[in-house]
Amino acid sequence: MEAIVRLIAATAPVQTPDEIKAANAAIGAGFAYGLAAIGPGIGIGFVVGKAIEAMARQPEAAGMVRTTMFLGIAFTEALALIGFVVFILLGL
Amino acid sequence: MNDASLNGTAFSMSAPLAGPAPEVAVSNDMVKRGLVVAPLLIAVCGFIWGLDGAWSCAYAIAIVLINFALASGIVAVTARISLTLMMASILIGYILRLGLIFLAVYLVKDASWISLPALGATIIFTHLGLLVWEMKYVAMSLAYPGLKPSTQASKK
Repeated sequence: MEAIVRLIAATAPVQTPDEIKAANAAIGAGFAYGLAAIGPGIGIGFVVGKAIEAMARQPEAAGMVRTTMFLGIAFTEALALIGFVVFILLGL
Repeated sequence: MNDASLNGTAFSMSAPLAGPAPEVAVSNDMVKRGLVVAPLLIAVCGFIWGLDGAWSCAYAIAIVLINFALASGIVAVTARISLTLMMASILIGYILRLGLIFLAVYLVKDASWISLPALGATIIFTHLGLLVWEMKYVAMSLAYPGLKPSTQASKK
């Protein structure tokens, strides 16, 4: 066991504080983008599900529902884009 | 769920949606307005971030407009096939479009002309601005059909 620990210590690169900071920024940016994409994904699922339910109930209103659905999807997607911008500013 | 019985009538989830595609009209409106305000946005970004900001702003506007066009195209094409396919393609298309935006930015992130703050700010403000601008017209059209610009134009 001690030999393994010594081997890892010998082969592990020495990290400078700047490298550690860059690594933490990259991890944070990845989490920011990932978490920011989950919420809008759920939201778009709700929007589209409800829109299809509405179209099924009233097929004659499908045009209006589709317009509203498209705008709802685009607004929800803006949240993901905000997360993406945070990602590119933090760690891309 | 393949078929749904609602209000005494059976509605097939695999049936296509007939009629014109309103999301394409909405997307076309937003693209036209985006192209109209693009010089102003580029000038503002150029003033704040310099020439790099202007190029980045133009690139960001292109990303946003292509994203709108792609989203509406996916809905319009799949709605002609079936509702189920439309729902699936919207959800998968969301991931794909995010991936394409990431790819578009990743490919130019080390370019000499890129300014990431300008790119990010333009993506957010253009996307939200065009949506709010379009929503104003859509809301007016839904509440007061007589105010539709196309209706007024046809009366003349």
